[in-house]
Amino acid sequence: MILFLLKRFSMAVAMLGLVALVVFSVLFVLPGDPAQLILGIQATPEKLAALRAELGLDRPFWEQFWDWIWSLLSLKGSRSIAYDVPVLDLILSRLAVTGPLALMAMLVAVFIAIPLGVYAARHQNRPGDLAVMGFTQLGLATPEFWLGILLMLLLAVQAGWFSAGGFPGWREDLLGSLKALLLPAFALGVIRAAVLARLTRSSMLDVLREDFVRTARAKGLKERVVIYGHAFRNALIPVVTIMGLQLGQLLAGAIIIENVYYLPGLGRLVFQAIGQRDLPVVREVVLVMAAMVILVNFLVDVLYSLLDPRVRME
Amino acid sequence: MRRFFHNLNFLVGFGLSAVVVGMALLSLVWTPYPPNEMNSGARLRPPSLEHPLGTDQYGRDILSRVMNGAVNSIVVGLVTVAMGLFVGVILGLAAAYWGGVAEEGTMRLCDLLFAFPAVLTAILITSVLGPSVINAMLAIGIFYIPVFARLTRAVAKTVWHRDFIAAARASGLSDWSITWRHVLPNILSPLIIQGTIQFAVAILAEAGLSYLGLGAQPPNPSWGRMLYEAQTFLGTGPWMAIFPGLAIAWAVLGFNLLGDGLRDTLDPKMVRMR
Repeated sequence: MILFLLKRFSMAVAMLGLVALVVFSVLFVLPGDPAQLILGIQATPEKLAALRAELGLDRPFWEQFWDWIWSLLSLKGSRSIAYDVPVLDLILSRLAVTGPLALMAMLVAVFIAIPLGVYAARHQNRPGDLAVMGFTQLGLATPEFWLGILLMLLLAVQAGWFSAGGFPGWREDLLGSLKALLLPAFALGVIRAAVLARLTRSSMLDVLREDFVRTARAKGLKERVVIYGHAFRNALIPVVTIMGLQLGQLLAGAIIIENVYYLPGLGRLVFQAIGQRDLPVVREVVLVMAAMVILVNFLVDVLYSLLDPRVRME
Repeated sequence: MRRFFHNLNFLVGFGLSAVVVGMALLSLVWTPYPPNEMNSGARLRPPSLEHPLGTDQYGRDILSRVMNGAVNSIVVGLVTVAMGLFVGVILGLAAAYWGGVAEEGTMRLCDLLFAFPAVLTAILITSVLGPSVINAMLAIGIFYIPVFARLTRAVAKTVWHRDFIAAARASGLSDWSITWRHVLPNILSPLIIQGTIQFAVAILAEAGLSYLGLGAQPPNPSWGRMLYEAQTFLGTGPWMAIFPGLAIAWAVLGFNLLGDGLRDTLDPKMVRMR
């Protein structure tokens, strides 16, 4: 088990290193001079050269890359060109929006998907099952940002129950902040619920055909106990795995919905930073996002190996 | 062919997709109004007989733009799937044939691509290369390479171990001929199924990139960009936000169902498992 964990961990670290190299290389060739952006188009060539030297932009690729890696390992990181603050501070402040948004979206997804999936499996090929499958097909086909816009149209613009975007800040207005995340979380959650409900249904159907379920029924256990006490717990393993992966994706991929609702999250930060050619912010946010995906994948691997020892044997 | 049309998923998916493809083809020769023609006298008109889906802030006919936007979505779907298939199948076949370091290297390369948040990387690529529909296709297509490479490798590996491959070898065929004549035809079904599903995903992805201003550039109509423009006029022209989104959902639903129907019909094992 320890050997398995060590192998997976070293693979995750190597992957992160490769991601860092790719991100750095891509941004190295990105057109646009950060010195020019800071000083403006009126700057003289001498001033530009001096600033490039000060920022270390005139040094060779590998030297800049190792400096960056070292600054990350010493938990200092780079400094944002546009905001003039440490990028890590910026990331932490934006995670305070993206993190809760992702968690709320997952809660919405779970509360919708699990009951629907279990219900559909228990009523396979009946009208209820077909309705759930219809919902999941619609969910898979609907762009989350369109659902976000429709919710905004109905509940913010027409009903006036929510604001049509923006985020007041946790310290300034706790309830208002929570309310500002509700619609985008719902839009993200409903779409993910479609995937989870399908998976819950198929996983439950597989488990319900197992011998131990037949035995539980033969023992005379009540149907509720068979479904929730025996079948559901076993069916949950693949569902939890996908939930983990979805959470990782949500932390890294809420860029569009954050733009729809003007939320100051990680996605919007990096989107604006690309436009502003704020390269330190771009590369560190991308790295943090990729690290979250890799970390979640690693945790899912570990969880799976604990639940199913055959994985360790491969 | 008859067995396809006995499958409900295929039938509905085929119908929905046919409408999208038909609408796109028709828009190449006819639209109610020129899609980019502005009309200051007809700005933000609600749906009517004259403009069945209403007009936008420049007085452009939304039906004409939705019809023309279908061309954009279909081209993006076709090009990205073709790109993913071409490179992914070659990589997957090579990994399955050689195994060892080649296989491990290819699969780790796929893992590396999967580690990048897809939307974010697509944004990065379009930022480096400049916002355009071609660069958006490149950004989406790159993510399809590992999808098809993994699938090809997994299926091709099982095919290489089948008896008829040993028979082909015994009859003196070269490995290249076996790959071309026996392995490739036997992995086509899963590739077609996956291709249809990725086609639908590409439509969604392109809409997202266009929404962010990184796909098709104005004034050319694209469903995602139309939604972005609609957001400013939610109070005065809500129809602007409804129809392009419906078109996306319609197209994606159609191609998803088509993929499901193909899987049910071409992969009978899946049907038995259901």
